[in-house]
Amino acid sequence: MHTLVPLPVAIPLGVAAILGALNGHVPRRIADAACILATVAVGAITLDLMVISRHVPIVYWFGGWTVRAGMAIGISFVIDPIGAGLASFVCVLVLAAFIFSLHYFESVGTMFHVLMLGFLAAMCGFCLTGDLFNMFVFFELMSAAAFALCGYKNEEPSAQQGALNFAITNTIGAFMVLIGIALLYSRTGALNMAQIGRALSNQMDATIIVAFVMIMCGFYVKAAAVPFHFWLADAHAVAPTPVCILFSGVMVELGVYAVARVYWAIMDGPFAAHRPALSGLLLTVGAITAVVGAIMCFGQRHIKRLLAFSTISHVGLLIIAFALLTPDGLAGGAIYTLGHGMVKAALFIVSGILLHRFGTVDEYHLHGRGRPHLGTALVFFAAGLGLAGMPPFGTFLGEHTIERAAELAHQSWIDVIFFFAGAITAAAVFRVTARVFFGWGPKHDEFSGGGKHISEQRETKHSGQGIPAVMFVPAAVLVLLALAIGIMPHVHQEARVAAFTMADHAGYQARVLDGTKLPDAKPEVEYSPLAESLARSLGATGAALGIAFLTLAPWYPRKNKAYRPIRSAMQVLRNFHTGHVGDYVAFLTFGVAAFGVVLGLLIKRFGF
Amino acid sequence: MSIFPYLVAAWLFLVGLYGVISSRNFVHIAMCLAVVQSSTYVLLLAIGYKTGGVPPIFAGAQVGTPAVDPIVQALMLTDIVVEATVVALLLALAVQIQKAAGTVNPDRLLELQG
Repeated sequence: MHTLVPLPVAIPLGVAAILGALNGHVPRRIADAACILATVAVGAITLDLMVISRHVPIVYWFGGWTVRAGMAIGISFVIDPIGAGLASFVCVLVLAAFIFSLHYFESVGTMFHVLMLGFLAAMCGFCLTGDLFNMFVFFELMSAAAFALCGYKNEEPSAQQGALNFAITNTIGAFMVLIGIALLYSRTGALNMAQIGRALSNQMDATIIVAFVMIMCGFYVKAAAVPFHFWLADAHAVAPTPVCILFSGVMVELGVYAVARVYWAIMDGPFAAHRPALSGLLLTVGAITAVVGAIMCFGQRHIKRLLAFSTISHVGLLIIAFALLTPDGLAGGAIYTLGHGMVKAALFIVSGILLHRFGTVDEYHLHGRGRPHLGTALVFFAAGLGLAGMPPFGTFLGEHTIERAAELAHQSWIDVIFFFAGAITAAAVFRVTARVFFGWGPKHDEFSGGGKHISEQRETKHSGQGIPAVMFVPAAVLVLLALAIGIMPHVHQEARVAAFTMADHAGYQARVLDGTKLPDAKPEVEYSPLAESLARSLGATGAALGIAFLTLAPWYPRKNKAYRPIRSAMQVLRNFHTGHVGDYVAFLTFGVAAFGVVLGLLIKRFGF
Repeated sequence: MSIFPYLVAAWLFLVGLYGVISSRNFVHIAMCLAVVQSSTYVLLLAIGYKTGGVPPIFAGAQVGTPAVDPIVQALMLTDIVVEATVVALLLALAVQIQKAAGTVNPDRLLELQG
């Protein structure tokens, strides 16, 4: 079974190399088939690894260079259900992207396939590795593939600009991660996460704080936490639709995963006595991210950009889930990642369908034009319900688990943030549904009016009257999968077992360095009353429908004075999003400095 | 081991960031990123340096000979390879944006706002 371990990285890279070498000599359909087969194979393998590692995490040493006397000599993959599960989720979305793109990019060669496979390999490796520097390398491989995919639409200046903003900010993030890794190495002489964790034990000093802040901020650039989030909206607005599916559905979430992995494998010891400081700071960052993302989301008219800001908002919720620093929060975050990733991917696919059919994704230009496409409207609307966290979507189960974890950690105020983010982002989606597919309301409204029109290049050649099945089916299936996650009986328990395994600091070190298995850190069985979360999420759904209705209702006074403060507040927020990469890097620098200073002060000066 | 190389690394990092923030040319930004990246080289080499150490080639050397740390040098080489890719990609994007928009000045690209 252990021979399977390197395959999730090796298969896509191998196929990519062959396709790249034969560039121009492979018929398009054969390249498609090879990519889909490779993705399915990797998906099956990672799913298998997830099931096998359920009881004992798998440790695989490349080249047989195993641990000698507690020292890692080689590079290891350490596979637990959360890492393997995330990798198989990556495969689901990559598969959806490949199927959707069967109609795509007919003029260009197979470079798109090569880049997508490289992206897949990097994301899988990133999920499975147990070595910090290896993680950095996969992070950079993932980024490089993503930059190139983002700027794939060559003729559009905004596409190039979005890709450049994305590449520059994320590369700086990667340098910060590398600096953090170097500092940890200088301290411990190790790159293996388990070994670093054991060497640091419970020590805490300035070097460790700086190293952790650098690594965390570097990964949170990818995760688009405020104030590192600016690149995300630019990149998503301009990237080809199949690429957006992967960006929003899983790549951004991998940033949160990376910090969680580093925290639980390495930093749980040093921060054991300082959890309130870290937790409080991260909860604040998550809450601000969720709120800023939601408000900006509602103020967009470009559908992809709107969805991008919604992703920022929901990543804020994921950061909150991790920031509780409990296994229960982690379990909720894992379920939420799946639920959100699937509905968000479906939403992006629908935006791609609109672009295919009408050549634009501008909400105002599309007013009423989607009327003949009821099925697509239904998928978009249902995905909106998923964003609001309506039961029985997977997002509801995730939110419920997170809220329960927050209650145990005495942080119940986050319920308000979940309500707000869910209601506002879903309201934006409902507004788009009503306007585009039913032609309700006026062409313009007060809130999204400030958004700019971004010119879009068609991604597909021909467009008849209908919608191709290869575009519609993946969206519908993803929404159904999001429902399935919420309904399947054992998801909650399995996620909790997986989260307890990932958060088991001592167990992880023993497994990797000593090859022994400590007794399972078993979650005690507890079932919480669903009623509160049920009321909250139904309330959020209702509020979202209400807000969308109010924005479009014909009798609603458009020049109402009560609007003015909301509008000017939105304008202030909007003014920060300049599209200028220099500003983005300035905010990034400021954010890192602020983060480091606040965390340092909280720990060293105020003794949290 | 003196603190000097660490100060150089910090200086390179900050001055490179300042360059990225204040730049009006995407090609120039790519070069500033290369400066930021150099700070990681200096940092890695400084961490592995041993005063009086020999190159880490142990064939025929006596046991206990002090040597500089080869691991950080390997990390640095990997870093160079990875970042060469990224800088090449950035320059390619800069060429494309010049073709598409006729400018490489981020101040003149105003579509992605708000």
